[in-house]
Amino acid sequence: MRSAAAQRFAVLSALVTPCVCSAGPMSYFHTSGSAVDPITALGWGLGIACLAIVALIGVLLLAALFRARAPKPEGLVRTVSRSGSGLPWIYIGTGVSTVVLCGMVIWTLLTLKLVAAPHAATGLTIEIRAHQWWWEIRYVGEPPARTFVTANELHIPVGTPVSLRLIGDDVIHSFWIPALAGKTDVIPGQTNNAWIEADKPGVYRGQCSEYCGLQHAHMSAFVIAEPKRQFEAWWQQQLAPSQPPRSAQLVIGAELFRSRCAACHTVRGIGAGGILGPDLTHLMSRNTIAAGTFRNSPESLSRWIANAQALKPGSRMPQMDLTAPQLDAVTAFVQTLR
Amino acid sequence: MTNAVINRAPLLADETPALRERLARIWETPPGVRGFLSSVDHKKIGIRYIVTAFIFLVIGGLEALLMRLQLAHSDLQILSPQAYDQLFTMHGFTMIFLYAGPVLSGFSNYLWPLLLGSRDMAFPRLNALSYWIYLLAGVFLYVSFPLGLSPDAGWFNYPPYASAAYNPGPNIDFYLLGLIFLGISTSVGAANFVVSLLRTRAPGMSINRMPILVWGTLAASIGNLLAIPAVSLGCILLFMDRQMGTHFFDFGQHGQPLLWQHLFWMFGHPWVYAIVLPALGMVSDALPTFCRRPLVGYTPVALATVSTMMIGFGVWLHHMFATGLPALSLAFFSAASMVITIPSAVSTFAWIATIWTGKPVFTTAFKFFASFILLFVIGGVSGVMTGAVPLDFQLTDTYFVVAHLHYVLIGINVFPVVGAIHYWFPKFTGRMMSERLGSWSFWTMFAGFNVAFFPMHIVGLMGMPRRIYTYSPELGWDTINLVSTIGSFFFAAGIALFFWNVLISRRRGALAGDNPWNAATLEWSVPSPVPAYNFAVIPLVASRHPLWEEQLGESIDRSSLRHGYLLDQGREALATTVLDAQPDLILEMPGDSYAPAVLAAALALVFVGLLTHFWWLAACGLFAAACTVAAWLWPKPETASPALV
Repeated sequence: MRSAAAQRFAVLSALVTPCVCSAGPMSYFHTSGSAVDPITALGWGLGIACLAIVALIGVLLLAALFRARAPKPEGLVRTVSRSGSGLPWIYIGTGVSTVVLCGMVIWTLLTLKLVAAPHAATGLTIEIRAHQWWWEIRYVGEPPARTFVTANELHIPVGTPVSLRLIGDDVIHSFWIPALAGKTDVIPGQTNNAWIEADKPGVYRGQCSEYCGLQHAHMSAFVIAEPKRQFEAWWQQQLAPSQPPRSAQLVIGAELFRSRCAACHTVRGIGAGGILGPDLTHLMSRNTIAAGTFRNSPESLSRWIANAQALKPGSRMPQMDLTAPQLDAVTAFVQTLR
Repeated sequence: MTNAVINRAPLLADETPALRERLARIWETPPGVRGFLSSVDHKKIGIRYIVTAFIFLVIGGLEALLMRLQLAHSDLQILSPQAYDQLFTMHGFTMIFLYAGPVLSGFSNYLWPLLLGSRDMAFPRLNALSYWIYLLAGVFLYVSFPLGLSPDAGWFNYPPYASAAYNPGPNIDFYLLGLIFLGISTSVGAANFVVSLLRTRAPGMSINRMPILVWGTLAASIGNLLAIPAVSLGCILLFMDRQMGTHFFDFGQHGQPLLWQHLFWMFGHPWVYAIVLPALGMVSDALPTFCRRPLVGYTPVALATVSTMMIGFGVWLHHMFATGLPALSLAFFSAASMVITIPSAVSTFAWIATIWTGKPVFTTAFKFFASFILLFVIGGVSGVMTGAVPLDFQLTDTYFVVAHLHYVLIGINVFPVVGAIHYWFPKFTGRMMSERLGSWSFWTMFAGFNVAFFPMHIVGLMGMPRRIYTYSPELGWDTINLVSTIGSFFFAAGIALFFWNVLISRRRGALAGDNPWNAATLEWSVPSPVPAYNFAVIPLVASRHPLWEEQLGESIDRSSLRHGYLLDQGREALATTVLDAQPDLILEMPGDSYAPAVLAAALALVFVGLLTHFWWLAACGLFAAACTVAAWLWPKPETASPALV
């Protein structure tokens, strides 16, 4: 895994929108969406106010400490006295704190109202099912033939609020794309609603943020915000089934996929319909594999298929025990899933 | 638990050497293993609590250092994911349940009767039981560690991940049974504190004369009594889900996973206040000693203590802001969470005013208390930020919360506790701790702590989630994590220096005398170390500062510390009335007994039986426990009939 770590999507940072990468792709110092911008403003406001409070108290404390410091141990035999009542400190301090606090509460409640629901009707609803340890993403189309399923990478049109229906399936997860919205837990037995909106095109990184087991650390999600026309084209392309295999090796690869992989994975067009793992019909249209754990490259695909347990211990992808030619055939086949 | 009541009027008398000798014979515990297992002396139990809690602090600290090594750089493989998950779960459980609560129980156990002017707790045997159960519950949980079967679902243990379907091994059963077992200890301990406070204060110690530590422990104890049933119930239900086929939390059968979160945090948040309020009380009592003046604003601070606990019951939902609850309820709990800072502000300004209007002496203990004020404010304001619902949607489950909770728990528990050890060490042992070593340990701890934990705020704002065993280099979290790791080792070194100071001062420290700090409260009126009977005569209290009355000259009334009620016809204590502490009854206190240790062991058998599915073992344990309780409560012939009417 150490060498795999070195190659782990080194180019990803280049994919991430410049506006959020100043403090890393998961930072939320700066954001660009109406579901999150009021929160960012509140965060800066409260953060600066809190730093000012700490600084003020720090100065008062230091002043109090060094104002009449007594030597030790002689100071301890000094006669005690009630010098000054000191009560105005409590009255003024608590009074000012209360006023500041009330301001903070009001700002908080106003912000809550702003982000609780989108300002305009959403044009699109996406269903997200959280699994140990990946995200299943279902685009519900009208008519139903326009519905399809993908994984881990969520495409949205820029400038449109998008509703998310978060559906729990195994344990509790939390869906979080810091630059687009705060967290919403994904809880089995209930459907939670959230919404996001990206003002600018780009790739926004997110990660599961409720502890969900061994590979909680490797459960990323990406939102790819693109212009509406590009988004429509992407949707259209995702609806297509896979291409029929066009070489002897690919035929063997497809056959192996059907016999060894189809219990869990779907590839539309070759009769592979498993639902336990991600739908791979358009695997090669994604930037990463294993929920953002590796860059989607022929090498990492091959290593992942050969021995997922060594790369992401505990993952639901079992050890496949393929011979070298079999591995090559399957790897070649999945690379045709564009 | 019935303490026999003796109806005779006690005499007022002076304390004499002969009386001291007679009392020592009556109260002292026999030496050796026998005395160790049977003692009900609150001071011995208190010290045991503190020592055991510090051992757990060391264990939990080593777990933390291992995790910090794993996180020092991206993609390290020092720990497997399994090991990391068990470590962070055990670290949380250990620090919160086996260190932070018990260490304060230890202080309160030791100090409570001394602060109140009494001979012992109201129920000394229950006190011993509380310790033995705590010890055995800790051992029970840690048996899982060498087996590699430790709980691994976090200290919060959310189902469905903690349910049998996703976590089939015994790991979670260790957690559930251990927590139920420990809950018994905390509950009986809390009941004991409340009754002791209400009925065993020295005559004249009306409730407006009690030290703030007493207020803090009272609030915490009442909080515990109301909060622990919620988590014990949750644990019982989840254990039944796992082992008996019920479906309380099973979403597949219309159970409700969120129910656990409600039960857990209805307990969990009040518990947070329970493990800080006594520590705040310690600061409120000890800080004025070093400022050479009484605490500014005794009444507001006492009221702030109580109101913090009360509001603390209305904020549990702020741990669940992201669970999809309606905005209206989020708004209510958000406002409550932020309002709780108002009583904190009262205490903060009271401490600063005390220093400002006093003449502070910079002893090691004082440095810990004074620096705690700053850490308390930092932990408090970051708490306001996480209490603001929409902002919490971003902050929750990131390292910002890790930073916040460590500023709260280390800043408000560990710093005051270490300061309090320096302060009361002379009373515990008769010797002073080294000031020079103390200063070194303070500065190392203070610098190490801030270097370790302040950067976690920033890495949290950079999006690092909690409970991840590793992270990728592209995320830009490497440098900050390395700084945190280095800081954490410095902090650990500071703690090690503190332990070293304790060990050498215990043997070689300067002799302390009764009142080395010229402090105000009753415990400093008795010899150091404290004799088994505490007070030779029960003192009569006339003010809030019995040892400062001459210097303050605020009233002509004087407490009477060497001339008081004579109770020397067996193990006797004085019961007083609830509010005004008027003498009421003479209590005959129970002697040393093996029953508490035996009962705790029998209960441990029950839990071992439940864990291993040896139901017969659990039944045997239950039977043994019932027999022990019967023996414990069996009326003694000489007190069965009213004597000395």
